[in-house]
Amino acid sequence: MNYFPDEVVEHVFDFITSHKDRNSVSLVCKSWYKIERYSRQRVFIGNCYSITPQRLIARFPGLKSLTLKGKPHFADFNLVPHDWGGFLDPWIKALAKSRIGLEELRLKRMVVSDDSLELLSKSFPNFKSLVLVSCEGFTTDGVAAIAANCRFLRELDLQENEVEDHRGHWLSCFPESCTSLVSLNFACLKGEINLASLERLVARSPNLKSLRLNRVVPLDTLQKLLMRAPQLVDLGIGSYVDDPSSEVFTKLKAVIQLCNSIRSLSGFLEVAPCCMSAIYPICENLTFLNLSYAPGLQGNDLTKLVQHCRKLQRLWILDCIGDKGLGVVASTCKELQELRVFPSDPFDAGNAAVTEEGLVLISAGCPKLNSLLYFCHQMTNAALITVAKNCTNFIRFRLCILDPVKADPVTNQPLDEGFGAIVRSNKSLKRLSLSGLLTDQVFLYIGMYAKKLEMLSIAFAGDSNKGMLYVLNGCKKLRKLEIRDCPFGDVALLEDMGKYETMRSLWMSSCEVTLGACKTLAKKMPSLNVEIINESEQLEFSLDDRLLVDKMYLYRTLVGHRKDEPEYVLLL
Amino acid sequence: MVLEKDLNLDATELRLGLPGSSEESLRISNKRALPDMNDDSGVAAAKKCDQETAPPTKAQVVGWPPIRSYRKNSLQTKKTEAETGGMYVKVSMDGAPYLRKIDLKVYKGYPELFKALEDMFKFKVGKYSEREGYNGSEFVPTYEDKDGDWMLVGDVPWEMFINACKRLRIVRGSEARGLGCV
Repeated sequence: MNYFPDEVVEHVFDFITSHKDRNSVSLVCKSWYKIERYSRQRVFIGNCYSITPQRLIARFPGLKSLTLKGKPHFADFNLVPHDWGGFLDPWIKALAKSRIGLEELRLKRMVVSDDSLELLSKSFPNFKSLVLVSCEGFTTDGVAAIAANCRFLRELDLQENEVEDHRGHWLSCFPESCTSLVSLNFACLKGEINLASLERLVARSPNLKSLRLNRVVPLDTLQKLLMRAPQLVDLGIGSYVDDPSSEVFTKLKAVIQLCNSIRSLSGFLEVAPCCMSAIYPICENLTFLNLSYAPGLQGNDLTKLVQHCRKLQRLWILDCIGDKGLGVVASTCKELQELRVFPSDPFDAGNAAVTEEGLVLISAGCPKLNSLLYFCHQMTNAALITVAKNCTNFIRFRLCILDPVKADPVTNQPLDEGFGAIVRSNKSLKRLSLSGLLTDQVFLYIGMYAKKLEMLSIAFAGDSNKGMLYVLNGCKKLRKLEIRDCPFGDVALLEDMGKYETMRSLWMSSCEVTLGACKTLAKKMPSLNVEIINESEQLEFSLDDRLLVDKMYLYRTLVGHRKDEPEYVLLL
Repeated sequence: MVLEKDLNLDATELRLGLPGSSEESLRISNKRALPDMNDDSGVAAAKKCDQETAPPTKAQVVGWPPIRSYRKNSLQTKKTEAETGGMYVKVSMDGAPYLRKIDLKVYKGYPELFKALEDMFKFKVGKYSEREGYNGSEFVPTYEDKDGDWMLVGDVPWEMFINACKRLRIVRGSEARGLGCV
């Protein structure tokens, strides 16, 4: 029913910005579908193989901003072999041929080539924003093409990518006429850059709000850059090493005082702890502090710094801060919403840096905590139960005990009760990662209580198929499930095949799923792609259905099998 | 990860037993025989690992802990840098058929460095003065800094020098006149 002219409906739709809502709107009726698709500017594609670029272009001719994700999440941990897929190239080629006026591209876990970047830079005259997160396959030559050809570039944000650095002069490729930069993040690049070019670029970018430098940018350049850009809101420091008595350092101290817009601070890739005091004046205003790439700072340095950060909302830090340091965070940072504690030495269990104590202190001191990523050496049920009492607002709860099947060291029990308490009291929980010794019981709790859960990561847990079934049956909102090294098999996989159509993807590796079961699933569910990744040389796929598969990745798709899979991937 | 393969040779072999038979689930049990199984994991875990296998050495399981490779790599680099601590730079001398490499961290200051260079290339460095550079020798030590500029060795404090120096070049003859000499 449409009492209004299309233009009015479209105007109303302008206020609906979330992808979920717009998707819902498009399903109401044919008319709304049509109006919605012509007015849609931003599209999010969580799995690049769920749709083809051609269909995207056909449906949304007004597309301006595209977000694409490629490889499965476990690719972050080397569980997905090289060349599995997630190539940007076909997308850029198709978009370039079309009349789409692309302005913004955000990619995660995709393989991006220099050629794609060059084609991108030359095909869309209004291109404004490129964000690459955990991507690979490109070099600084590709970055140079973006710098050189995107005349109205506002944002170039490279986060944690593996980039081959040709030590070219990509930075010098920004033409003198480029004055539109708002955000520049090249912290992940390893090579030298032309410091003079950088200074000139910053000097002619009056709108620059976010600048994240790589480790070759020395302190004296930092000082000059801050002189040019005191309006920065987000700063990533590269190298922060100098003699505190030097003239340059004195100048830096002075200029930092002028940078009272800085709300977000990161980097310190090289750092001399004695220089940190210059930072204290801006700590008062910080809402985000990321010191997770600054192993040069010891626990004491971190604690001293954090004491000045009363307004902090998000803190990413290394575990050398220790339980005591976390206690200081708990008593200082009352606005804290998100905490991430990373291991400074992932393979050395010798130095027990943070334990359950630190987490309990945080939970007691920070009532607004809603997002946690915590790497620790041990955890107890008692601690988790206390955390669950203190914090009922968790949206994301990821706990990683470095020894993957470690029990509660006090009681020698599995951690089922602890995690059970977490899911019971945090009704808004959307993302959960488990670790430690866990039986089927924890999955019973998750299925019972985690009604809003969308993403679950499981490793080395459970006793039987029941565990997986509890989750599949109970978690109605589940979208992504990733499992490794658990005793879940065919019975669990095949019990409710329709469930997978309501999810984005399922990953199971080193479990007890057979080839035959995967084939059955693929046959019954044509809307799913079931991929078997097998890297051992001797395997021939025609072999026995009773064979256990090493890695299985399945995802819903509208477009059937992809055509770009490598040799070691079998599409059933 | 080589060690992981060591644990799971059986995983790459084909097994034709029925699901649930001990042979077939061998691979899974293997994988669940994790490092540190022997101590505090408790009764439940011990039950799971009723299968064979000596407790593996402190092996690293692939993809564990779940830290992004990018992050792992950057921590590793920093560790190796700190541990090895070597600061090797190439040294070339005009006229010499091949280059050498020296570790700057080995020397405590300029005198030691010059002695090593003199020994290595059989020449003598002149006398340094701030005003005139090196006097009394046709050989002048120069270095390329982080900005790519060629500088005279000896002008800046030693610490600053070793952090800035990317390579060394011993310039000789008329070319040497350009640097620091009137």
